[in-house]
Amino acid sequence: MKNACKKLLLSAIFLVALFSGSCIIAELSFAQNVTSVELINNAKFYDGKRIAYKGEVVGDVMLRGNFAWVNLNDGVNAVGIWVKKELVKDIVYTGSYKFRGDILEVEGVFHRSCIEHGGDFDIHAEIFQKVASGSKLVETQDVNKRNLVFILLGALCLILILNQLKMR
Amino acid sequence: MIFKPLFEDFKIIGYYLGKVIIGLGFTFIIPIFVAVFFFETNPLIDFLIALEVSLIFGFGLTRLCRTDKDLNWMQGMIVVSLSWLAVTLLGAIPLNLSGHFKSYLDACFEAMSGFATTGLTLAQNLDHMSYAHNLWRHLTMFIGGQGIVIIALSVFVKGIAGAFKMYVGEARDERVLPNVINTARFIWLVSIVYLILGTLALGIVGMLNGMKTVNAFFHGMCVFMAAFDTGGFAPQSQNILYYHSLPFEVVTMVIMILGAINFKLHYHLWMGNRKEIYKNIETVTLFITLMITFFIVAIGLSRLGVYSQALNLFRKGFYHLVSGHTGTGFSTIYAKQFINEWGNLALVGIICAMALGGGVCSTTGGIKMLRIGIIFKALAQDIKRIMLPERAIVMQRFHHIKEIFLEDKSVRSAFMITMAYLVLYSLGSIIGMWCGYPFLDSLFESTSAAANVGLSCGITDTAMPNILKVTYILQMWAGRLEFMSVFALIGFFVAAVKGK
Repeated sequence: MKNACKKLLLSAIFLVALFSGSCIIAELSFAQNVTSVELINNAKFYDGKRIAYKGEVVGDVMLRGNFAWVNLNDGVNAVGIWVKKELVKDIVYTGSYKFRGDILEVEGVFHRSCIEHGGDFDIHAEIFQKVASGSKLVETQDVNKRNLVFILLGALCLILILNQLKMR
Repeated sequence: MIFKPLFEDFKIIGYYLGKVIIGLGFTFIIPIFVAVFFFETNPLIDFLIALEVSLIFGFGLTRLCRTDKDLNWMQGMIVVSLSWLAVTLLGAIPLNLSGHFKSYLDACFEAMSGFATTGLTLAQNLDHMSYAHNLWRHLTMFIGGQGIVIIALSVFVKGIAGAFKMYVGEARDERVLPNVINTARFIWLVSIVYLILGTLALGIVGMLNGMKTVNAFFHGMCVFMAAFDTGGFAPQSQNILYYHSLPFEVVTMVIMILGAINFKLHYHLWMGNRKEIYKNIETVTLFITLMITFFIVAIGLSRLGVYSQALNLFRKGFYHLVSGHTGTGFSTIYAKQFINEWGNLALVGIICAMALGGGVCSTTGGIKMLRIGIIFKALAQDIKRIMLPERAIVMQRFHHIKEIFLEDKSVRSAFMITMAYLVLYSLGSIIGMWCGYPFLDSLFESTSAAANVGLSCGITDTAMPNILKVTYILQMWAGRLEFMSVFALIGFFVAAVKGK
């Protein structure tokens, strides 16, 4: 009887431990995918939660000691990501006029007003992976615009010549 | 009886308008150099087109309307108000060609926002904008902040009398130096000295923050132009939040305050008269209103627990307050956070600060500190009159560079302009509400546009109705010119239609 009770208790403890463990693992591995608009509109809801966010690296990767700031733009807004310095080594392209930046997926804790960073809206990333590589953007010249430059130049020269003639 | 304007009036207006347009045309050379430096071909073509169109219009107008006559008051005012519309239309050309704007109206909105040093933006995909176009956005603020007409005054206009009328028409009724052209040149000297120092300071902070050297100094220059001219554009879509840096925020705050100070006061500080900063009615009023509005914002934020630490509350609250009060519009939060998180009381504090503005003869918009100071002095005078015996003579004085006795004329003028601003804020709010936005959001955005601030609570977006875009463009224009030139233009059109 005593043994049966002991077994039952141990089984219950095991089950509770298993359930809690799987909850923690689920929380860690299945962070909710969110967009910048969802974060901004529901900042209080997501505050302090683990989330997943995907976007293009834009601007500079700014190294600060052992960490770095990376700004990820998901097509609507850019959000600041605070990440360990060694994790940003894979970034090759950052988005600008001439480059499409690498697409990164990050997982980490979202802060509506980060205590560590003066109340900033940011994500402290723990998992940081490149899902698509950026590239150099090729400028294609618009022939119509180029022709317009020459037509307007002709018109401007004509006006300047007329001005000179009038002054004489 | 209203007199119909003469043909000669149109000629004189056209001639000086042409001069201002030529002046604008030459400013396109700066982004052209930038496009060449960074090997940006399409932007180079965009700016060449804008340069040529401007010079064609400018030289065409001066050729058609050639005259030796100087401007009278009415003509001077009309030249100024038309100049601002013309440079908006022409300055929008390269922006529209860049492909970062959904329509020409959006590009015009951006150009007016830049020239009027507002900072509300409709740019799309800003993080991929070329250096040349981005510089142009900020340069519009530098040109508009100092005064579009001031460029023409400094370079092209020979007649001092006519120059003064254009100078006054651009909401600058104070001369730093006896000669208005020398005043214009002094304003440019101050601005360029600060531009060099400010760019260096921000560039160094940017480098220490981990930015690449070229980007650090490019951003430094752009952000300086937007801060000193109390504009509010920034090179990246996140505005100042992009930098995630307290030192950057501190430096921009100092520059914003410098931009909000009267150029006349700058002159006296340069000349070593440092006591003026403690005595001047404008700086004293600015300090008091900053403290009062910050108190309102701080209570609003702390009641809702928006920032859990006092230091963070101060950093966010005070930065946005200074940004709003100086009419800059820099932000380290997202536009929607104002509405979603800050709460009504903090928003009211920011709206009050935006409505008040900075110093007269500075680059800020809004009612301005001198007028607020004068109104309060007049109120104090009236209270004293009630308290003292009837036969007592009550004289009120204030210190603005020198001791000045308060006159009814200056009180009336301060009240009139204040009333005009309040009406302008209200009109924009009513149109905003008519378009379906809530009251506080509409008031916030309308005040921001009319006081040339640039903080947004999320209404300013490319999807907003065209009528609201046009309303904000007109508010930015009227607010920047402080009404007189706009009224003169309306009067001129009425006279042209109804006059005999």
